[in-house]
Amino acid sequence: MARHIVARTSDIPPGGNKVFGVEGRDIVVFHVNGEFFALLNRCPHEGAPLAKAACVARLTSPEPGVYQRSRVGELLRCPWHGWEFDMRNGQSWFDPQRVKVRSYPVAVESGGELQKGPYVAETFPVHVEDSYVIIET
Amino acid sequence: MSDVIDRPILGEQVAAQSRLRIIDCDVHPSIHAHADIEQFMPKGWQEHLRTYGSHLRTPYIGTTPYPRSSPLIARRDAWPPTGGPPGSDLDFMRKQHLDPLDIEYGILQVLDLFIFSQQNLEFGAAIQRAINDWQLAFWSDREPRLKASILAGQDDTEFAIAEIERCAKIGRYVQINVCPRANEPLGRRRYWPIYARAQELGLPLGIHVGGYGGHAPTGSGWPSYYVEEHQSNAHTMAAQLKSLVLEGVPERFPNLKIVFIEGGFGWIPSATWRMDRHFEAFRSEVPHLKRRPSEYVKEHFWFTTQPIDEPDEAKHLRSLIEWVGVDRLLFSSDYPHWDFDDPRYAFKTPLTETERRKIFNGNARALYKL
Repeated sequence: MARHIVARTSDIPPGGNKVFGVEGRDIVVFHVNGEFFALLNRCPHEGAPLAKAACVARLTSPEPGVYQRSRVGELLRCPWHGWEFDMRNGQSWFDPQRVKVRSYPVAVESGGELQKGPYVAETFPVHVEDSYVIIET
Repeated sequence: MSDVIDRPILGEQVAAQSRLRIIDCDVHPSIHAHADIEQFMPKGWQEHLRTYGSHLRTPYIGTTPYPRSSPLIARRDAWPPTGGPPGSDLDFMRKQHLDPLDIEYGILQVLDLFIFSQQNLEFGAAIQRAINDWQLAFWSDREPRLKASILAGQDDTEFAIAEIERCAKIGRYVQINVCPRANEPLGRRRYWPIYARAQELGLPLGIHVGGYGGHAPTGSGWPSYYVEEHQSNAHTMAAQLKSLVLEGVPERFPNLKIVFIEGGFGWIPSATWRMDRHFEAFRSEVPHLKRRPSEYVKEHFWFTTQPIDEPDEAKHLRSLIEWVGVDRLLFSSDYPHWDFDDPRYAFKTPLTETERRKIFNGNARALYKL
């Protein structure tokens, strides 16, 4: 798996997203409740850009008249036809067997870890102020 | 997993798809600001609009169409960066829709100001007239790909005829649009003068879903949910198809062409099968019909494709297209609304090259004389 360092964590504001071109694909990274999720920026239904999706809650109902919200912000609602997908794994809620958005593992690592290597050269004091978002494809 | 899912949109794929230029029979332009439309209205009606606004035939306060599913029923990616509602910025429409999808022509369908639903018929007539002028000035004059329709609410038949005459003299409109939810079913004789004029002018009669004629959108009253109401578009269209055919409109106006817009087409086979079956039993009740109802449907009616039906198995969509008839279908996207159909991906069944040419271009080119 190739690892791509795509952004500083601070580049993607909480509740927001950003699209990155990785190996000829547009991958969208969402920042929700302190976590990052990466998916192909394309709805499997008719190709709408998921970067424009609404980040909504999972709404369930055990019976008519009773409604429950959970996992606030973790469900994607496609900007065109409203199909819902789970940001964690790209699973569709209405037809999980057949329809899925490609999702990618995401890691967040500090700048200090990323620059560590086998070679030693003259060193300068480095002040690490930020962490980086890495997508594996 | 299907390979469709993680395949990126490749350059050559887009090029291959777009060799066939597309005629999109349902594009919604919006008014950017009220001032744009006011310049086409007499001062008195401008003041009326500001003072009283829309006086609709809906039964409850706040039962206007928006938002439904999403604000202004629009795609979330269709809000122009320059501000204003989706569909109100020509440059953005070119960039997002007309250019990338290689649209040869787009037929404009205006829904703003609830044109056909006004209870005050004189005010309704004033906004229809204003919007007919605005379609040319703001859209067709600036973008030759976009073609306007004459909006003429048929509940004021006299006005409708006058407006049709006025616009027909200008000669740049490709269709006459009437209300899908009028005071009475569309086949009724009170509306026939409009159909007579449309036939004489050789302009197709367009019927786009939506609007409030004062009746509940379903035969059993007002639905509770939008998902329920959205289905009623198909019921309304089926009722109007039956009214037009069984009252004898195509029999009386043999050269009239009628286009059902945004009603989809999944309901047509069952509607025509039933009409034919009952026609055998009840033909003495409707002796003015000389042929089976399905024959009138096959010769006089066209149907735009969106919202396309999506059965679980592609072969069922394929059968549906064959039942309705490849010659009867006109591609439409409904841009920029939320249930937009992308011409590259909406048909989830293979079509032959001949079928594609007809549905995406040829049928509309012949019908609208483009």
